[in-house]
Formats: sequence, structure tokens, C-alpha cells
Amino acid sequence: MNREELLVPFDRLLSDVCPPSVARAVDAGDPIDRLWSEIEASGYLDALVPEPAGGAGLSMGDAAPLFMALGRHAAPAPVAETMVARALLARAGIDRPAGPILLLDRQQALPVPFARTASHALVEADDNIHLVSLNQAQLTATGEPGTTAAFINWPAPEGRALGTDLPRLRPLSAVLLAAAIAGAADRLLDMTVAFADERVQFGKPIGRQQAVQQQLAVMAEKVVATRMAAEIGCAAGLDGGLGPASVAKQVASAAAVIIADTAHAVHGAIGISEEHDLQLFSRRLRSWRLASGSETYWAERLGQMRLASDISTIDFIRKNLNLAEPAR
Amino acid sequence: VPAHDEALRGEVRGLIAEATADLPLDRRARSWQGFDADFSRRLGKAGLLGLTLPQSYGGGGRGPFARFIVVEELLSAGAPVAAHWIADRQSAPLILKFGTEDQRRFYLPRICRGEAFFCIGMSEPGSGSDLASVRTRAERTEHGWLLNGQKIWTTNAPHSDYMIALVRTSGTAADRQAGLSQLIVDLKAPGITIRPIVDLTGDAHFAEVFFDNVELADDALIGTEGQGWTQVNAELAFERSGPERIYSSIVLVDAWIAHVARAGRLDGATAALAGRMTAEAATLRAMSLAVTALLAKGEGPVVEASLVKDLGTSFEQAVPAWISDDLASHPEEPIASELYRAASYLGQIAPSFSLRGGTREILRGIIARGLGLR
Repeated sequence: MNREELLVPFDRLLSDVCPPSVARAVDAGDPIDRLWSEIEASGYLDALVPEPAGGAGLSMGDAAPLFMALGRHAAPAPVAETMVARALLARAGIDRPAGPILLLDRQQALPVPFARTASHALVEADDNIHLVSLNQAQLTATGEPGTTAAFINWPAPEGRALGTDLPRLRPLSAVLLAAAIAGAADRLLDMTVAFADERVQFGKPIGRQQAVQQQLAVMAEKVVATRMAAEIGCAAGLDGGLGPASVAKQVASAAAVIIADTAHAVHGAIGISEEHDLQLFSRRLRSWRLASGSETYWAERLGQMRLASDISTIDFIRKNLNLAEPAR
Repeated sequence: VPAHDEALRGEVRGLIAEATADLPLDRRARSWQGFDADFSRRLGKAGLLGLTLPQSYGGGGRGPFARFIVVEELLSAGAPVAAHWIADRQSAPLILKFGTEDQRRFYLPRICRGEAFFCIGMSEPGSGSDLASVRTRAERTEHGWLLNGQKIWTTNAPHSDYMIALVRTSGTAADRQAGLSQLIVDLKAPGITIRPIVDLTGDAHFAEVFFDNVELADDALIGTEGQGWTQVNAELAFERSGPERIYSSIVLVDAWIAHVARAGRLDGATAALAGRMTAEAATLRAMSLAVTALLAKGEGPVVEASLVKDLGTSFEQAVPAWISDDLASHPEEPIASELYRAASYLGQIAPSFSLRGGTREILRGIIARGLGLR
């Protein structure tokens, strides 16, 4: 199956079960029941689970368009995270629970996107990964209106241990957020270009003004770069590790602010209103930029790798970063 | 990248090591401005020029990925490639695409051997970004063309054998894109004066070129009379799509990494700068490879190439500013003078990165058109 054949039905599903009105309602506190049961019934949650274990056996690289589609539709639940969690559970030979699963590491104190809509989490602690029910955790609201993100406090890592030979969760979470940013950024670009084409000032659409065209061109560049960076992260696979994940999240987080700001600059005052859908995407970009580490965090992690190596930049990139996923 | 193309990397590395052994960092920072005709001929002898041209014309018969690998290696080492650069990158593909069989047989094998060097005659004193306003004019004569006018900012003109010039062959400047044609001008012809122009770093890589009643043969015309605008845009797509729009400052990055390692720096700000440069370079490289893949499929990725060039040159320009700031924010740390000179040179010349091959503003206009806004 090629990427298009994989993506089109998924995109159609999301258009149906996750229109902006649903994303908005879940952000405001509604449950995700119908949204989740439809996604679960579609079978896509097992996309990354190996075929012998009942999944579709896709690689992370294959699934990159799906991860981006979730951002494009502002999906308010950890669908991509659940796909990865289910693949890791299958690898550990542990039954997969129903419901949305977060990817967490216990040392992280930042608010976690989708915390309010998840039922389980894979939690990295003490060099192991545990499957835990979120009933065991204490969620503290961030105090912002309209977000699924929350602070999570754990009493102690309890629950089923998956084993010590699995990949680290923070880089995986970062790659998925980078892909989500790429998808939401793409949606913002479409919305902003369409708005610039319709909004008339000085007797012509503002998109005919060179000053606006130049801003939108830069925005498009950032959107394409973000997509490419997310692809680099995904293509490296579940075991891609720190390097490709750092590229993905560093580039995506740095671009997120510029993309959101340009979308708002072009929309003007109407984009600031709660009623306009722009905020569904621009607020997500700002939240996802910080979640699991901002651009400077990932730049430092990648920089530490780079400084420990005495090969040229081109060789470093070829050997550590622009990787295709090895066959498993 | 196909494995047989990747295999070229080792081959080209040996030649590069030889040619760059005695070049200090600030000479290598000249990247594709560094002129060394012998080195270009050695590359030609090794079959590393004209890689994408058919073997029947002396080329390598390979795809765009082969050229990507060789170009990436040359640039990342700061090898002196100016002599063959323009011929290999755009003149040869242009001649292959639009030339007659005689023109192909005459020029292409020599380009592949590194024996025919080309420059590009586009800018004039009154025509920069507004290229359609060129006034240099060629008039039909009994035996060919009579050329009068002036080109300027012509990179490598003093060392080149030929110029592919965009000139007016009918109508006036008011006719804009109509009436333009491309001519291959033998720069040894009588009536041509080439005056090097010294740049702000003391180099003289570009020049002004005057044409005073220069007589050219009939076959100086390349392609179709009156189709110069279309041809020049096809040529610019070759020029804008290569990895040289990412790597102009890469030797400085590598030297800086070695410098901070020697200084034993492990702080967060240093790591963050190293990481940011690495992440941006990795992303740009992947984007450039994606453009190469479109070329390999036979597509003309005009918008994509403009996008990569604008982002790539922004990176190339930022690097010297970031690194100089880093060096001078550690005033007690000794730095090698060649590292200082390279950072200084690149900082001064960096504005040209987003001028050559089409300005940033023109590229963004092309991207806006791709978005449907124009």
C-alpha cells in the first residue's frame, strides 16, 4: 500500500469524526467517546503493530502522513502516541488496553498534551517502561481554558513493566509532536492563503500585496522544512534514537512560533477571536512547541552528540541523522 | 541515494584531499569561488564532470543523485571548483537541452574534460532582478550576429572561455520577455573587453564585460531565436536546485566544531548552537535531496528549488553571524587566525548568497505564485 492509499481513508475518517466543532468541544472538557470508538474501530491504532501480533506492520516512516493528518485535524486525543505505545506493547508481548495511551517519562515536569483525554500511559522510569492506568496519577489542570494538556504527578511507577530493551520515550514523543506540528502548520498555511485571497483591502485581496506575499512565502518555507524535519524523525523508526528526534523537534518547535505568528498577522483581529478556528491550530502549535522539550532543549541534546564527534558535518548528518529505518 | 551513486563519494574524496591540502581555511571558505583549472581538469579526467550528460558526449550518463554526491563532497571540503562550476551546473545541461547536434558535439566533451569554462551573461548595469529589461543587442548580419552592449557582475568572466548571454534580438526593452535570445559568445572574439571588479573582501571573481561590434557566427545562437526568456528560466532552475545553496558556510561550521572541542567547551549555549546548525543543515540536505529526486523523475521543480534556495541561503548567511558572535563572546579563548579570517570573510560576503542566482525577494515571489497568490 502506498502512502496515498493509507492516508486518504484516514483523512476522511478524521474529517468525519473530528471536525473543528468536536476538537473545540473536547478542548472545553467534553469526553472523546465517539471520536475514540470510531478511530479504534477503524483499526488504525494497530498500524505499527507487527502483522503476526495482529497489526498492519507499518514503519514509523510509513505512518508519518497519518501522524501529520492528526495535527491537520487538531485531533484532541493521543492517537499517534497510542499507535506507538501499542507497537511497543506488542514488542514486549503485553496485551494492549483499550483507550488512549500517553508516552511519558517520569522526569519531565512540563504539561502533557492530551493528558485529560487519555486513559493509560507508558511511563519511562528507572530504565524501564511501565504500562499504567491514569487512575493512579494525579492530574493538575494548567489553568488555561480550552486545553487537553495537564500536569501529571505519579505516586510511583507501578504497573506492568515492558522491559529495558525498548526505545526511550521522550525522543518518540518529540517526533510525534513534530509531526503534529507539521500537520497543524500545513492547515494554518492553507487557511491563511485562502484568507489572503478573499480579504479585500485597498481595493484588492491582501494576497496581491507584495508585503503579504513575502510573509506567506516565508511561512510556506517553514511549513515545508517542518514537514521534512518530522519526516526525518519518523523515517528513523521506533529505534531512531536521539539524533533524528532532535532534528525533528528542534526544527518544528523553532518554526511553530513563526508559523503561528504569520497566520495571525495575516488574519488580523478576527484570528484573535475565540470563535474563529485559527486558534484551534495556533494554540496547539504553541503548546506542542514546548511539550517534550522546546527547540533549545533539543538543540542542546543534538549539539552534545555533535560535539562528541570529530567527523565533518556532512558525515555526521549522513551517519546519524538522515537515516532510513532499518528493516526489522 | 542509490548505492552506485553513493560510491562516488570515496572516489572524489581522494582528489579533493590532494587539491585542498595546502589551502588555509579562509581559502576553502571561498567554496565555489575558488579557481583552480588544474583541479577541474583532474576531475574531468576522473569522469566526475558532466556526470548527468550522456556518455556519447563524454558525460557520465548518470542521474542527478550522482552529481549531488560529488557536489556535496566538493563543497563540504571547500574545494576550488570555480573553473568548471557554471559549465557543469547549468551551461552543459542548457546546451544539451536546447543546442543543435553540432553545438553539443563541439562544447559538451570539452566541458566534461574540464577544458571549456563558461560564465553567465545575465545582469547588466540597468538589469538586475528585472532581467527582461536587458538592452545588450545582437543584430542579424549576412554571416551571423553583431553584438553590442554590456554585461556586469559576471562571475568568473576573466577566466572563462565562453559566455552564454541573454540578449535582445528583436524589438525594444519595452517588449519585455519577447524578442530575447541566448547566444554563446567566444570571449576571445575581437571587440570584447573584460574588466575585473574587486569585491569588498579584495577578491576579483566578477567582472564587467563590454561588447563593441563583436561579430559572431550564425551558430552562436543557442536554442530558438526569441525564446531566450523561457530558456533562461529553465537554466535558472538548474542553478537554484543544487546543494551549493546550503553549504557555502559549511567549512566554517566544521572548523568551529573542532575549535570548541579543542577549547573543551561543554556548556549548554555552545551545544545548542552546534545542535541548531546541525538540525538545520540536516533538514536542508533532506530537502535538497527531495528536489534532486524530482529532477531525477524529469520534473522541473521551480517552486521547490526556490524554496530550498531561500531557506538554504538564510542558513548560510546566519552561520557566520552565529559563529563570530560565539567566538567573540569568549574573548579569553585563543582562536586560530585562519578561523578568524574565514568567519570574517564569510560574514562580509554572505549578503551575496541571497543575491546570486536570483534575489530572495524574487524567489519569494515565485513561491507566492506557487501558492496561487499571483
